[in-house]
Amino acid sequence: MNHDSDQSPANEAPCACSSSPCEDPKKKTRREFMLALGFGLNAIAGAAVGIPLVGYVLSSFLKPHQLDWVSLGPVEKFPEGKTRLGNYKNPFHRSWDGSTADIPCWVRRIKGNEFQIFAINCAHLGCPVRWFEESKLFMCPCHGGAYYEDGERAAGPPPRGLFTYEFKIENGNLMVLAGALPTLAQPNA
Amino acid sequence: MKVPIQKLTDLGLGVFNWVDDRLHVKKLWESTAGHHVPQSAGSWFYVFGSATLLCFILQVVTGIMLALVYVPSADEAYATLEYLTYHQQLGWFLRAMHYWGSDFMVGIMLLHMTQVFLFGAYKYPREITWLSGLALLVCTLGLAFTGQVMRFDEDAYWGLGIGAAIVGRVPFIGQQLVDFMLGGQIIASETLSRFFALHVFVLPGTVIALVSLHLRMVLAKGINEYPVPGMVVRRETYNKEYAAILKKEGVPFFPKAIDKDIITSAVVIGAILTCALVFGPKGPSGPADPLQIDASPRPDFWFLWIFAIAALMPAEIETFALLVGPMVIGLILVALPFVNGTGEKSWRRRPVAVIVTLLVWISLGMLTYLGATSPWSPVMNGWSSVTTPDAQILNRTPLQLQGAITLQYKQCRNCHSIDGLGGERGPDLTDVGLRLTKPQLVRQVVQGGGNMPAYGQNLSPSEVEALVHYMISLRPEGVPPARDTTLPRKAQN
Repeated sequence: MNHDSDQSPANEAPCACSSSPCEDPKKKTRREFMLALGFGLNAIAGAAVGIPLVGYVLSSFLKPHQLDWVSLGPVEKFPEGKTRLGNYKNPFHRSWDGSTADIPCWVRRIKGNEFQIFAINCAHLGCPVRWFEESKLFMCPCHGGAYYEDGERAAGPPPRGLFTYEFKIENGNLMVLAGALPTLAQPNA
Repeated sequence: MKVPIQKLTDLGLGVFNWVDDRLHVKKLWESTAGHHVPQSAGSWFYVFGSATLLCFILQVVTGIMLALVYVPSADEAYATLEYLTYHQQLGWFLRAMHYWGSDFMVGIMLLHMTQVFLFGAYKYPREITWLSGLALLVCTLGLAFTGQVMRFDEDAYWGLGIGAAIVGRVPFIGQQLVDFMLGGQIIASETLSRFFALHVFVLPGTVIALVSLHLRMVLAKGINEYPVPGMVVRRETYNKEYAAILKKEGVPFFPKAIDKDIITSAVVIGAILTCALVFGPKGPSGPADPLQIDASPRPDFWFLWIFAIAALMPAEIETFALLVGPMVIGLILVALPFVNGTGEKSWRRRPVAVIVTLLVWISLGMLTYLGATSPWSPVMNGWSSVTTPDAQILNRTPLQLQGAITLQYKQCRNCHSIDGLGGERGPDLTDVGLRLTKPQLVRQVVQGGGNMPAYGQNLSPSEVEALVHYMISLRPEGVPPARDTTLPRKAQN
């Protein structure tokens, strides 16, 4: 190993300049090529690492939104003319979700098979609304939003009525189309 | 005895020289801790930056300790939190230090920012110091919010819902952004994992990088001299003037200007430890179980003002304000050193800066107070737990008593007080009979209006009649009820 000239390999002829790199035109083009090759290879390597990373993190932008039917239990659980708290297991839950897999919703059985099923989340900022049977109002504990029993906005800051679920009755079971947190961007719970 | 000491000294010196030869520590020390600062910078006003950094270091240390026990899984997090708080030896104290450390970090950082603003330290040539400071503020608030999620209790769960609801207001890509934030379509295990990664890897790593840049800028451009009224910053002359100040009264930061910083460090640590000992850790409140719907989520202290704004803003401008407001504030703060990069530094000659600072702090203070008391929230159990004062029942007619029952049973007390007892969402009803006539009261009850729901569907005419009679009877003794001045006195009642 030649310590004095680590700019130029020892087996080549020493050049006139002692301190600055040699300006041999042939070598210069080779160095430039090597440098460009180095940059190019790393750009490819960077893309090879980066594209999967970005795809992994931003998968929500590519994945189609999905909902699935899930049961709230037999229809008889919900008396006519009343609003009751129902709950279901998030159809896409994971085994390590714990209690967050259980999602509540308000089930209003108007009569017979006429239902209204509301998301628990206030349309304002998502806090859990509570049903008050005597005043027939849903009230929100966060910023004081209130809704009538049919889910229409009654007072406070919510920009719309309560979010609702699509439902159907199958084999005597009340089913809802669920699996997402309802927001103003995506009002289907 | 003299010889071994000499030998030991030589040995020590030899070891030091060997290390210094390899690592150049002397040079590093001289260019950092020993760099020269204006003597005037050794002021009590200049201690907040180092105190913020100290809080961050404490957060890293206590955070690593907590991570030894904590499990970032939606299924387990709450149980490990309880274990930490009640079973792990000194776990409660570590949690308390981490919690209070974060509160102090945000608070001292805001003081630092205020001082920098009032002392004109953001002006030429310290623009990048200011910008990196802004980025540090964003990261610190991010750490505070994600830290609140780590507690994975009901406040954390519904707090995430609030975050998602705000993000869901973004036009066009709102839904994708919500899914991106939650790591899925709903608040669940991946949400917690995501916020855990942010809280313990991404944000602290970014803070370390930004602090390096921030301190590098302090070394490169020097610490701001204590501003003197009349000393105006000009791009052409400032660097020369600063060099002259350093030449005239420059002292090495260590040991000549660090005294107040280290005193403050000890005081801040003492304050955090005292708060941790006296008040303990926050929560966890109820578990993050969505079925526990009797939750009344509240954010941590430094976010209460945003909570208050969300309640007080007119609904029509809310989406715009929630999305565009932060951008406007950010833009103003980023533009500040470029728009206002020269001129007077001293706050004595910058009345607008002083007024803005006062307004911001007073607004933040008032909004935080309102957020903490949240008078706009209905008292959810007001109707079943707040009694009617005896004096408001005595000597009432049967009709009025029926009205009192209706008022209680129909949950009016959730939003309305009588003699100051009950909700504060709507006005206190004690003197409503002085403000509204009987027909006006009937109209308000039946049709609602303002911020009140309409009860026409839900109250029979006789209930409304009883209710209104009772409300009019609540007024102070000897004061006549409100009357319609367009009608003759006799036609009323």
